[in-house]
Amino acid sequence: MSAVHEPPVRPEYVAPQRAAPAPALVSTGQVNRLDWLNKPAILLALVILWELLARWVDNDLLLPGALQTARAFIDGIASGELIGYVTVSLAILVQGFLLGVAIAFLLTWVAVSNRFGRELIDTLTSMFNPLPAIALLPLALLWFGLGKGSLLMVLVHSVVWPLTLNASAGFRAVPETLRMAGRNYGLGGLRMVLQILVPAALPSILSGLKIGWAFAWRTLIAAELVFGSTSGQGGLGWYIFQNRNELFTDKVFAGLATVILIGLAIERCVFQTLEHVTVRRWGMQR
Amino acid sequence: MRAIAPFNLVPPEPLLRAQHVTLEYASERGVVRATDDVSFDVYRGDRFVLLGPSGCGKSTLLKAIGGFIAPRAGSLHLGGTPVTGPGPDRIVVFQEFDQLPPWKTVKQNVLFPMLAGGIARAEAEVRARHWLGKVGLARFADAYPHTLSGGMKARVAIARALAMQPAVLLMDEPFAALDALTRRSMQEELQALWDEIGFTMLFVTHSIEEALVVGNRILLLSPHPGRVRAELNSHQFSLASAGSHEFQAATQRIHALLFGADADAPAVQPQPALVQP
Repeated sequence: MSAVHEPPVRPEYVAPQRAAPAPALVSTGQVNRLDWLNKPAILLALVILWELLARWVDNDLLLPGALQTARAFIDGIASGELIGYVTVSLAILVQGFLLGVAIAFLLTWVAVSNRFGRELIDTLTSMFNPLPAIALLPLALLWFGLGKGSLLMVLVHSVVWPLTLNASAGFRAVPETLRMAGRNYGLGGLRMVLQILVPAALPSILSGLKIGWAFAWRTLIAAELVFGSTSGQGGLGWYIFQNRNELFTDKVFAGLATVILIGLAIERCVFQTLEHVTVRRWGMQR
Repeated sequence: MRAIAPFNLVPPEPLLRAQHVTLEYASERGVVRATDDVSFDVYRGDRFVLLGPSGCGKSTLLKAIGGFIAPRAGSLHLGGTPVTGPGPDRIVVFQEFDQLPPWKTVKQNVLFPMLAGGIARAEAEVRARHWLGKVGLARFADAYPHTLSGGMKARVAIARALAMQPAVLLMDEPFAALDALTRRSMQEELQALWDEIGFTMLFVTHSIEEALVVGNRILLLSPHPGRVRAELNSHQFSLASAGSHEFQAATQRIHALLFGADADAPAVQPQPALVQP
């Protein structure tokens, strides 16, 4: 026993049982208290930079400042002019978006129902998804003329393909175990779709809707820039285009700011809320 | 052991009867034969274990009994009626955690198959509360699955299955994805539940120890394709006797049956032999 062992043999011991200490969780509020200020601070810094740049350039026709743009924006709101244009744009957008969503779900149903449908939809999405909707505008004008029909066509095109792509990928990714569990409980057909497949594919469906919405919004503004008003009523793109023609550059900036603000508002209010009450709450998405 | 004469205790009619079941499934390389001519009987109150290495078709066999796969040959009967498709009289507890829909809380998960099966909501609520209490999850009724540990998810799946009061509970390696300590306590809890209620279950595992502890009867399957190697009794073992000499001997016997010298020979014939206990 005189030999030295590596590692040494140590005596055993059993610690007496004691109550668990209080959880050592440091309050997380302390660390992140000022985090919500980050984004507003960045925005404010950008606005100040913009205003300084505008004063340095000192040319209202080329680059109006932040204050001037804000004034044009407030005037536009106060006079109701801007609101009118926004209403026209949003009305057509909602129609095009809903129509696109309906068609996309129809196509998704075809894509997940059988092998031929899947290949058909795969081919169609890979053909049309990379095609910018605005590139179809000349054709749309030829078919539907100057008016709502053309706008709807390009809007539908911009929504249908990304949404179909995402939704059908979501349905295909539903875990086999979950499908088997559904069949085990005697679910089939529409009940299976509504109670298992749609909720399970919801993260992909939501992100498809989000992408579709963003594509539709930019497509609409671009289309309005090209041919402007429909039956005497113009949209936000038309407002921007008109004011550029009349060299009201501050109003052009106000129009652009409106496009950004509406985009942000829908993203924040509609989609983030939807995500919070569904997929994030369920732990399907972080 | 010979002192007990089991014959007068065994009911005349088995609950679940598999006769000469041959199963095949399509894979990328072609049709694979999962099991070949497998026959066994499960009686009411049995904890019947399908044991074998991977590739012995035990999970495929369970899915066939669940009604997800139709046998290529042979027949499956539950209570005298042939199995034709999935149904709520054979609830499956899967190994994967995603068997619990993440958009439903623990209680909604337990309610789900009952409501889908047309049980009245009030009755289902009572049953759900009862079974969640039984598996010790009453406090977590309103939690979403992603906030639970693996063991708790397995408990939810078991509560959900038992609340349906199926004729036979099908368990497809339900504890394989759990850590060793949790698995052990789940085996204890399952045993306690069975002692209390005495449901019938079919349990698939690849662990010899788990088979001996959980089951009262073990069907040993040899792989590629799955064939019956032996049918053994294990009602005398529990977690308490896991270290005993008899337990070790039984483990080694099963190991020898599965991986013994004759099993290594490639041209081994399917052995229909029923090894006497």
